[in-house]
Amino acid sequence: MILEARDVRKLYGAYVALDGVSLSVREGEFVSIIGPNGAGKSTLINLLTGMLAPSGGSVRFKGKDIGGIGMVALTRLGMARSFQLVQIFPELTVLESLQAAVISRLGGGARIFASLAGDGRIRADALDVATLFNLADKAHVLTRELPQGDKKLLDVASAFALRPEIILLDEPTSGVSTADKHAVMEILVGAAKRIGLRAIIQVEHDMDIVFGYSDRIIALHQGKVLADATPAQIEADAQVMDMVVGRRHTPRLADPSPPLGERAG
Amino acid sequence: MRIATVLTLVSLALLAIPLVAPAYYVTLMLPFMAYGVVLLGLNLLFGYTGLVSFGHALFIGIGAYTGAVLTSRFGVRQMELILPAAALAAAVVAAPVGALCVRYVKIYFGMLTLAFGMVFYTFLLKFYKLTGGDEGMRMLRPSLLGSEWAGLSKTAYLVGPYYYFSLAVLVLATLLMWRIVRSPFGLCLKTIRENQVKAESLGVSVPLYRWYAFMVSAVYAAVGGALLATPTGNVDPTLAYWTHSGNIVFMVLLGGFASFFGPLLGAFVFIFLQDTVMSVFPYWRLTFGAVLAFMVIFAPGGLMGLFARPRPVEVSRG
Repeated sequence: MILEARDVRKLYGAYVALDGVSLSVREGEFVSIIGPNGAGKSTLINLLTGMLAPSGGSVRFKGKDIGGIGMVALTRLGMARSFQLVQIFPELTVLESLQAAVISRLGGGARIFASLAGDGRIRADALDVATLFNLADKAHVLTRELPQGDKKLLDVASAFALRPEIILLDEPTSGVSTADKHAVMEILVGAAKRIGLRAIIQVEHDMDIVFGYSDRIIALHQGKVLADATPAQIEADAQVMDMVVGRRHTPRLADPSPPLGERAG
Repeated sequence: MRIATVLTLVSLALLAIPLVAPAYYVTLMLPFMAYGVVLLGLNLLFGYTGLVSFGHALFIGIGAYTGAVLTSRFGVRQMELILPAAALAAAVVAAPVGALCVRYVKIYFGMLTLAFGMVFYTFLLKFYKLTGGDEGMRMLRPSLLGSEWAGLSKTAYLVGPYYYFSLAVLVLATLLMWRIVRSPFGLCLKTIRENQVKAESLGVSVPLYRWYAFMVSAVYAAVGGALLATPTGNVDPTLAYWTHSGNIVFMVLLGGFASFFGPLLGAFVFIFLQDTVMSVFPYWRLTFGAVLAFMVIFAPGGLMGLFARPRPVEVSRG
């Protein structure tokens, strides 16, 4: 058990955002959290990443209570996250963005008189991650000049550059064109294997992605866990499909489009 | 290579100025070099970390008063001791002040630094016995490299040994800051400026790094303040007044905060423009207000921004 939420409640005043949510993520799993708007997904993410403290119950990462400890402390413990709305450093290059994560991981950020350009290890490590995400040839491009798909990849790549044990992806394919979604996921899953991630958690609306990549799906509804089962079991459950997926879902076989790096432009 | 060429030419010019320029203009170079040191530090906060301090005259004041107190009260005349003492005094004050200020951003950070600046100004004004009140205190001629330069007149001292000493300090401060903004630390500061949420998600402890930057900028301001005290002669509380803080922010804007050398250019233009305007027109603040408005509207990148794309200098190519 890497990550575990036990009977978590979160209240905002009188409003109950999460009402007794329990879930766990085990070694090697790819877990998706789904649910309609207002189901409590955002609150759950903020609790799982230590950004909020639960009103009741506990959230444990590798056995440690992480309620409200904050992202900085959580990255030290070995968890990283990406964001639904892409978060980048507009005026920094791709390489610099990744170097920042590597510096953070190696713990040398306070070396005030050291030369960054002269540090081969930081550079090599950042370039490795860039290569994993097909961004190596854009290493010196300012991130604000990247196409949207690459920005999304960079957001995730910088989280990977922390070499976390577990990563939480908040809608990794939102804002990515339908044609590129599978390519993004292929890159992501490939990179996860390469750096030896122990588990991936994602929140995702795109059901093709959810059903195509998850080992397990946790469906939230009105602040409660409605279902926690394999994709096949979820699909067979007409009630969950209606309430959470919102339609009868017929998953297509994953049809990966060419990787992002091979596109023109 | 263009930058290297420009820098070489500027360095040669700076070395030659006392030999070729009239003494009056050479003495104007002294505040330029002192402010240059101040602004390098201020821009670590402003341009690189994204925090605008409206209270940095506080640290100029600490540096200048350290010099005045040491020379007038304690008979310490060596500039080589005064500068580290100024840096130390600034660090001691900046540690708690910075710890409080860096929890806030944008206008709240600016207002809080302004408030601390005003507290210090009042302290200088009211604690007469220690500070000389509104009359201030004299900064006696410091010794440089072990010599009092007793044979030189005041002007000869300022345009000779003191000029080159100031230049050496400015060059050293520039090289050090050049290194700082290109260090892993410098990159972390830029991530904070660019996107605080993302920086935190990558494990960058935002308040801690802001505090480091605040400390460095305070030390720079105090060293610059101590350098400024000698040509000023009499150190008084107006050095720590908020309009002085406003002036140095203006210098940064004038030169361009997005560029490493922008603030130095800003200090240079400010000093010489002020001198020119004041000699022909009594209302120099009116002129400066107009210039500031013009810059913000038409050239937000400052003078450096007119020459180059925004942020060209600091974008490291690995």
